[in-house]
Amino acid sequence: MSSPLVAPHVLEYNYTRSLGPTLTTFFTGLRDRKIFGAKTKAGRVVVPPTPHDPDTGEDIVELVEVGTEGTVQTWSFVPNPRPKHPLDKPFSWALIKLDGADTAMLHVVDGTVETGTRVKVRWRNETVGYITDIECFEPIA
Amino acid sequence: MSDDVTGIVVPLRLEYHYTPGVAASRFLRHIAEGNYVGQRCPKCKKVYVPPRGSCPTCGVPTDEEVELKQTGTITAFCIVNIPFAGQAVECPYVSATIQLDGADIGFYHLIQEIPYDQIHIGMRVEAVWKPKQEWGPTTESIAHFRPIDATPERSGGTIG
Repeated sequence: MSSPLVAPHVLEYNYTRSLGPTLTTFFTGLRDRKIFGAKTKAGRVVVPPTPHDPDTGEDIVELVEVGTEGTVQTWSFVPNPRPKHPLDKPFSWALIKLDGADTAMLHVVDGTVETGTRVKVRWRNETVGYITDIECFEPIA
Repeated sequence: MSDDVTGIVVPLRLEYHYTPGVAASRFLRHIAEGNYVGQRCPKCKKVYVPPRGSCPTCGVPTDEEVELKQTGTITAFCIVNIPFAGQAVECPYVSATIQLDGADIGFYHLIQEIPYDQIHIGMRVEAVWKPKQEWGPTTESIAHFRPIDATPERSGGTIG
């Protein structure tokens, strides 16, 4: 019996989404090289900002700028990046708690890290209002 | 502010390898030779095209191959007027379920060479193949189906 046929397939489309007021502030901030978080009723700062207060479900009314440096909470090292990965050299996925924030944000750190490593943003040369405006984080020497 | 970033475009892309499996691969290789070959269930005797290798009703392998005629009957159709991303055919077009003579199940293909408002369930159609050099293991080897009779009657009769 001859072997089954195999053919390469590609499923591809662009997903266009409107951001709403909270994420508009966040993404506009990225373009302007600033990072915004949502201030909840209890006074916590959530980064990236959620449109609603995670504790009460109420609309977020205040967004505050947080730092561009932070602390690695946990991480996963990628020694062999795949083609679609954000860096083409070994990197770490990391949950980073930015200074002034009470929650951690998932992003990329160039190279290796440990829990507690201090990192800072490396901005892309041209920022457009997208999460990849942060090219990655890098350990603070 | 008017220059706020109020929307983003997120690209999604999935690359993968598709295999139709043993039975449908045999069907597609027959298509590449210009033949429609289905499989018959040894228990209920139903003929499936394209074959899946087993009978969904009886749960037994369907090893016997059956060459089918290239004529059949429209059992359902849809006039597609709405374009969508990745559409392979220009609108408007007609996609139909066609039950080949000798088969017990229909499959999808295009209906052409007739004004679309004259297409009806029960219409007799035949396969129109592309030039032989364009044949391959794909149902796109068949360009489309067309009515057998140039002046179709609205019989509205029963099928099969």
